[in-house]
Amino acid sequence: MAAPQLPELPGLAAGYGALLRRDLQLAWRQRGQAVNPLIFFVMVTALVPLAVGPEPALLTRLAPGMVWIMALLGTLLAADALFHEDFVDGALEHLVLSPQPLWLLVLAKVTAHWLVIGLPITLLSPLLGLMLALPDAGFVPLLAGLALGTLVFSLLGAVGGALTVALGGRSVLLSLLVLPLYVPVLIFGTSAVTQAVAGGGSGGPLALLGAIAALALAVAPFAAAAALRAGIDG
Amino acid sequence: MSPAPLLEFRDLAFERNDVPLFTGLCGAVRSGDILQILGANGAGKTTLLRVLTTALTPAAGSLCWRGRPLPGQRSRYLAELAFVGHTPGLKRALSPRENLRWLGGLFPLHRERMDAALAMLGLGEWADIPCAQLSAGLLRRVALARLPLSGATLWILDEPLTAIDRDGTAQVEELLRRHQADGGAVVFSSHQALALPGVRQLALAG
Amino acid sequence: MARRWQWFHRLGSPPGFYRASGYWLPWLAVAAALLLGVGLVWGLVYAPPDARQGNSFRIIYIHVPVSFLALAGYYVMAVAGAVHLIWRMKLADMVMTAAAPLGAALTFVALFSGAVWGKPTWGTYWVWDARITSMLVLLFLYLGVVALRQGFSNQEAAGRACAVLALVGTVNIPIIYKSVDWWYSLHQPATIRLTAAPSMHPDMFKPLLVMILGLYVFYALVLILNTRAEILARERRTGWVRELAMGRNQD
Repeated sequence: MAAPQLPELPGLAAGYGALLRRDLQLAWRQRGQAVNPLIFFVMVTALVPLAVGPEPALLTRLAPGMVWIMALLGTLLAADALFHEDFVDGALEHLVLSPQPLWLLVLAKVTAHWLVIGLPITLLSPLLGLMLALPDAGFVPLLAGLALGTLVFSLLGAVGGALTVALGGRSVLLSLLVLPLYVPVLIFGTSAVTQAVAGGGSGGPLALLGAIAALALAVAPFAAAAALRAGIDG
Repeated sequence: MSPAPLLEFRDLAFERNDVPLFTGLCGAVRSGDILQILGANGAGKTTLLRVLTTALTPAAGSLCWRGRPLPGQRSRYLAELAFVGHTPGLKRALSPRENLRWLGGLFPLHRERMDAALAMLGLGEWADIPCAQLSAGLLRRVALARLPLSGATLWILDEPLTAIDRDGTAQVEELLRRHQADGGAVVFSSHQALALPGVRQLALAG
Repeated sequence: MARRWQWFHRLGSPPGFYRASGYWLPWLAVAAALLLGVGLVWGLVYAPPDARQGNSFRIIYIHVPVSFLALAGYYVMAVAGAVHLIWRMKLADMVMTAAAPLGAALTFVALFSGAVWGKPTWGTYWVWDARITSMLVLLFLYLGVVALRQGFSNQEAAGRACAVLALVGTVNIPIIYKSVDWWYSLHQPATIRLTAAPSMHPDMFKPLLVMILGLYVFYALVLILNTRAEILARERRTGWVRELAMGRNQD
């Protein structure tokens, strides 16, 4: 028999694409599960007027911060499952032992996570703005800020999810690890909205958010890859 | 035939929480070799296999692939390695065919031979049904179906016969026999004896 | 690669460090006691009272050095973690394990002393001042590292995971500090600013320097003691620890 011909090693784009496609396919098959963080996002926001009273002036003041905190919690809820599901069914072993660089695969998973959680939350945020009497000037900076901010949340959530992938009591521990890291995004994200509502420009905070997103994009996939190699071994 | 073995390990030691699990393990796997790892539960079979895949780092010792130390050529080694662990590593919401497709983005894979491989392991009629509906034995067969597609030289299999019936065992033996004839090598752990010629054994002391 | 880490391994082997540090300990203990004793008496008794705050300002002799070390301790922890991650040096992981709760404790003392200082100065124990808020986030970062280590059952993996977390935190700390400063400048209420260190009277400043130096020595002392305890706990099954224990018992 002739020497078996080795199939070609898939390229970086093929590896990224295959995993991204798989995660989107999975999210679509289990859409009920993917929608839950979004329902949480809307539901908790509806509790705010019930807790503090319905006066529009008060809600207007609280709106930017509340929407951002809900978005943060919504993505955090979903970060828990980011790697854990692959860990439970053994698929994570394939990622770690793939000849593809692990950071690339992490990036594919983060992209899918953002498309499934971060982007819908961003697109839903105007609805919450309406519910909380956010003035018109605040909507564009809210959308722009959340688009960038949820990307950072997903990237940092991936680091936390990778560190805790094999541990018990994972979801609370994950929150403890990543919440302090979310502080700058929360500050710049809410001030972009607050400044726009107050009549100023929101360019500065948004530019800073963009810089943070770029830095997170450059660092987090490598950190999450290193974290996975350690974390898989609980 | 090149004189250097495919995979060679020298003085491997592994410890967990500073308690040694095994020390001083040596061995070599050449083209056409089948090496069975034996040992009681907890002796470290799975750990040894995972060290050989580079998923775990040994406390001491060295690994060589085709005569050269492994740390410098890890991705080349991984491209020639196929590992099936004791969880099948399949997504339950996807069908066997869809699972093999995403694995094809991560590993070299002969996509055009997919139907033949699925048929060879008796999975023809299950190929497009979500894995959630398949039994443990069928899932194991799907995981093993990746092997002939991978073109990998070295197969590392952790308990490949778990949950597999008698027909399936014969199919797996046939799979290994062909791989052996093609010049490949296999390292596997199992309590069962396989009906294959020239299986060497490495026993781990408990 | 393998040869390189073995060299580090010998240099920083736990028993080697344990023996060597045994000789440093008395010196460090004496130096820390002297510096802290002199600094405290000088600062609390002989330094002149502050024109506006009277005697309550004297808490800076605790608060400022502790705050310095709380932040420096995070970098000690992160560097130890990086050394462990890169060279797989066990001793570095032990130092990191010892540094995390120590740093958390220092951060807590910094926050607590700040609150005690805040009551006579601002009339309240807690204000959302930029530096206090940053310190609170730092405490959360420390608690994350401590909690993560406790979540693992495999110490080796725990060490690498905590190192990754500490390094990510290190990249983040400057961003967190800057963002909190910026946030504070937006919302700055009309309170007294207490960033008077450079304009401090030399008679007030000199004892502060002594205290800062003393606390650095004290930090080194406690870190070494914690590391030694960690070494003994992890190597308890080895021959040299058994010998040590037997030797002590016969004395």
